[in-house]
Amino acid sequence: MDLNLIVSILNIAVVAGTSLVYATLGEILTERSGILNLGVEGIMIMGAVSAFAAAYHSNSAWVGVLTAMLVGGALALVHAFLTITMRAEQVVTGLAITIAGGGLASFLGQKLGPAGAPLVGLIGPRFREIPIPGLSQLPLIGKAVFSQDLLVYLMYLVVALVAYFLYRTRPGLHLRAVGENPQTADALGVSVFRVRYFYTMLGGVLMGVGGAHLSLAYTPGWTENLTGGRGWIAIALVIFAAWDPLRALLGALLFGSVNAIQFRLQAQGTTIPSNLLNMLPYILTVVVLVLTTWLEAFRKRVGAPAALGLPYNREERT
Amino acid sequence: MLPFTLKFERRLTVSRVATFLSPLAALLLALLFGAVLLATAGANPWTTYRAMFTGAFGSTYNWTETLVKATPLILTGMSVAIAFRMLFWNIGAEGQLVMGGIAAAWTALFLTERLAFLPDSPWVWLPLMMIMAIIAGAIWGLIPALLKAYLNVNEIITTLMFNYIAILWYRYLFTTAWKDPLGFGFPGSAEIPLYARLPRISGRLHLGIILAIAAVLLIWVIMDKTRRGYEIRLIGENRRAAEYAGVNIIRNIILVMVMSGGLAGLAGLAEVAGISFRLQHGLAAGYGFTGIIVAWLARLNPWGVVLVGVLLAGLLVGGDQIQISMGLPASVALVLQGAILLFVLGSEVFRSYRLRIIPRAPVALPPPEEAA
Amino acid sequence: MINATAPPIAVDMRGITKRFPGVIANERVDLQVFVGEIHALLGENGAGKSTLMSTLCGLYQPDEGEIHLAQNGRLQRAHIQSPGDAIDLGIGMVHQHFKLVQTQTVAENVIIGLKGVPLRLNMRQVEKDIAALARQYNIPVDPQAYIWQISVGEQQRVEILKLLYRQAEILILDEPTAVLTPQEATELGKTLRNMAREGKAIIFISHKLDEIMEIADRVTVLRDGKNVATVAVRDTNKAELARMMVGREVIFRVEKEACQHGAPVLSLEKVSALNDKGLAALKNISLDVCSGEIVGIAGVAGNGQRELAEIITGLRKATQGSVRLRGQPMTNRASIEFIREGVAHIPGDRLGMGLAGNLPISDNLIMKSYRRAPLAVGPFLRATAIREFAVRLIENFQVLTPGPGTPARNLSGGNQQKAILAREITAGKTMTTGNEVPFLVAVYPTRGLDVGAIETVRRELLEQRGQGAGILLISEELEELIALSDRIAVLHAGEIMGIVDANEADIEQLGLMMAGEHAGKHVPAGGA
Repeated sequence: MDLNLIVSILNIAVVAGTSLVYATLGEILTERSGILNLGVEGIMIMGAVSAFAAAYHSNSAWVGVLTAMLVGGALALVHAFLTITMRAEQVVTGLAITIAGGGLASFLGQKLGPAGAPLVGLIGPRFREIPIPGLSQLPLIGKAVFSQDLLVYLMYLVVALVAYFLYRTRPGLHLRAVGENPQTADALGVSVFRVRYFYTMLGGVLMGVGGAHLSLAYTPGWTENLTGGRGWIAIALVIFAAWDPLRALLGALLFGSVNAIQFRLQAQGTTIPSNLLNMLPYILTVVVLVLTTWLEAFRKRVGAPAALGLPYNREERT
Repeated sequence: MLPFTLKFERRLTVSRVATFLSPLAALLLALLFGAVLLATAGANPWTTYRAMFTGAFGSTYNWTETLVKATPLILTGMSVAIAFRMLFWNIGAEGQLVMGGIAAAWTALFLTERLAFLPDSPWVWLPLMMIMAIIAGAIWGLIPALLKAYLNVNEIITTLMFNYIAILWYRYLFTTAWKDPLGFGFPGSAEIPLYARLPRISGRLHLGIILAIAAVLLIWVIMDKTRRGYEIRLIGENRRAAEYAGVNIIRNIILVMVMSGGLAGLAGLAEVAGISFRLQHGLAAGYGFTGIIVAWLARLNPWGVVLVGVLLAGLLVGGDQIQISMGLPASVALVLQGAILLFVLGSEVFRSYRLRIIPRAPVALPPPEEAA
Repeated sequence: MINATAPPIAVDMRGITKRFPGVIANERVDLQVFVGEIHALLGENGAGKSTLMSTLCGLYQPDEGEIHLAQNGRLQRAHIQSPGDAIDLGIGMVHQHFKLVQTQTVAENVIIGLKGVPLRLNMRQVEKDIAALARQYNIPVDPQAYIWQISVGEQQRVEILKLLYRQAEILILDEPTAVLTPQEATELGKTLRNMAREGKAIIFISHKLDEIMEIADRVTVLRDGKNVATVAVRDTNKAELARMMVGREVIFRVEKEACQHGAPVLSLEKVSALNDKGLAALKNISLDVCSGEIVGIAGVAGNGQRELAEIITGLRKATQGSVRLRGQPMTNRASIEFIREGVAHIPGDRLGMGLAGNLPISDNLIMKSYRRAPLAVGPFLRATAIREFAVRLIENFQVLTPGPGTPARNLSGGNQQKAILAREITAGKTMTTGNEVPFLVAVYPTRGLDVGAIETVRRELLEQRGQGAGILLISEELEELIALSDRIAVLHAGEIMGIVDANEADIEQLGLMMAGEHAGKHVPAGGA
């Protein structure tokens, strides 16, 4: 096993994992407020297609990212509105957003090219690697960690910010309280309503960026079903990460490296058919989920935010 | 600042008016949304909708096409509905369907050779294929069910992951392991023998639709009229009360998921033995997910599933039609489906809650009094 | 015109009216509280006390009426639109169900929602401030402890500290002693006196006459949503208060026949069990309940009562010891077997466990009987038989409901409880060869019910006792236990502190046992 292999795997792990990190962080913030958003897959793919389309037409990758953020936030707003104000069932609403988002992304993908042509096969602006002088020369991790595109560097920053925010700031304290015990937070003057809306939307923004990374850096470009289920893996990663941002980073890298190993094996001409190889991330997700759930059962203190998935109504008499 | 605030107030009893009106209003709003989308894509919404409608229901042949698509939708809709009744979020109907299709194909292609002493008759092989498809779907649904029942593992994610695993495996099978060497470049398995195919009724409509209705009937009887059905309802309504009443939760979870997976597996059989006659691309066409929409719009009611299944099938067929006749992407139908569900979700609130307009109190204060 | 010699008014609520679907919770209620006074709000369950205080706290908006608060030396009209507004105006409430986040520390809980907390948290400073406040008012609390680690009494102190930290001038406590032992309640009384002396206005909601007579300065009695009277405590007595509260003479003792007990129906021997958190909930419990007797379990909620009820109905596993029903070993059998033995269980949590709220009342009534004839034949349920069964039970037990198809959650608390009673007693009877319920567990059966419903439930329990049922009654009301039980066992921290004869029990002795003191004598099964 030579060093080049490890470096190569790490490199792919980081690139592949970045979109997962964004999406997972977005869902962590959402779930910490008590809202379950299963629309991640739909939001990510809408983020991907809108980012690419906007970038292509404006010839600027950053415009693409901003568009993805707007789109992600808007879709998450729909989810928030339906589940918080209109009291719809959270699971089904999230699924509806995924289905609608998926269909819409497919539709847009076929119509948003120049003069209504499909976006498939087009080449647009992208985020290229920008090595950090000095740091990128470090042995082993230099290339993987410090020679990536801007969205990856941004991701490092976002992880650190979310972690600090959650545990060391007042709004972070309030967010945690709302997810654990909304009645309490409400009685103390924290607006459960506003907190849930805000973090659901913010979560959507991050998910949109995750999608944007796929079409503006990772692939790059647009094809049908670009996200391939990453949104669902992100939801599993939230559980694996025990709703903690740093563990989310770890988990996403783990999955990214599975992707990397797949590529590596295929490049080396393995006898395992590609379809079977592609099963790895999904099987891994199940295994990781089972282990996490089983182990957490012993550590009863760390678990889901207690009010996750439950609607809140101040005037409801029990 | 508006001179009033809006508040939702819980009703004493579910409003019957809203139960009928709100889905209709939602449907209209969804169609409106779709119209806007179509207009931006340069199509005339009215003609498009008309074309979709006639494409689905305009002629006997079109009707058969709609019912062909309704067959798997009714089955997956039922599959999802019974699981959701128990608050078991089975998102895996797609994978269970695929496993059912794989089992049906395996039986028709390979078991026929192993058990060559059996007569070459549909009376023998169709029931055998049905059993195998049901078992395959049931097992595929059972694994996540057991993980949930014994280890409390989130079933949304496990059933979903199993979808991907099943789909990848089926792709492997028809492109590699079972690939027909005489395939003419179009990847797929060999064709299943004639005696292993579901007989056709009219056009492409096959016996599968009868199977679907029969399944609905059976499930309806079980859910509505038996002790098990009562227990399942109770678990879904209040799990603690069910435990208190001595209901065996684990046995019921297993039973429901076996039924749920089995129904989806049957849908896989319907596709393989009724339409494609081989394992090929197109089995995983999203019926598992559309089934979720069907189940929810039908409010988890068996006969509602039949009605909504036919309607959504019509939507899909109409979508295919306009792709051919008007050059619009078929994904329009998918968007419409998603939009209908979203609007219905938003409208359900009115069944249990009333919207109250509360005028804000005027801000001017009366003169202050002395407090001594 | 205010009397110049009266103390300044802190709160003046005028003409408050609040309606909910189907009920008028408060009807033109007036309430005045002075600065530095301890004012009790007395009323039965459903009289409107909690609603009135929730309105004062901004959780509800009154449909009619005004609230005036003392601001800068004058009474001004206040619009309290949210709990945040109330806190800004110096009003704070300690609820019966504490509003604490279990997974966070005391200090974190104290500052949630507080204005002026800096963006970057400085927990060390907060902890110091809390310690200082705790010393000032003599309220011992550990700022760094996690809520799930500390006792109920300490959690209540955290709640009070939260209010003091926010400079609340008006403190409202909702049934504060419901979760305390008599000794802890006395401590609380002292704390309240301290705070009143420091100029706070204190309102506490209670339905316990003893407490009110001891702690309060004045008391306002609510009944059916209306203010019946406001009197100074020294000008009245318990009997008069009770009469105002209920509207008629209240008999404090229930007439019951002498105990005709027989063989033990339930035998617990050295039973131990863990609670949901894996901690010891029951330690070496040994107890017998004979047929024809009511054994009451006294104790502050949270000392193992729930786990005890679950052990003897098959809903929880014992880690050691044996459970026998009429001699049959039943240790750790499934709940269905207990049901088959005819064990009737009236759970403490009506809507959480006893009923499926959204299902029709008929579906709820068959919950224990649906497995056998006449309601079922083979795997099928017989709809007509079920309907007849439901109608019969509704009539026999006088459950007020629009029909058997009404969802259970729409019934009033009292009728829900009657439905549960109807179901349990009927099911229990049919499971045995005789016509009696062999064994019945009632957990807080009169909680949250109005007087009429309470009388019905108590009457039914005594009736079953007369028919030969063995009954385990778990209750928070010492008066109820003394009135209904033949023997009373006190549960504290999972152990039985002592078993006394109800006829000779006295409240102080029971209170001591509830607080952890072992009793001198132990009354075995069979009476004294």
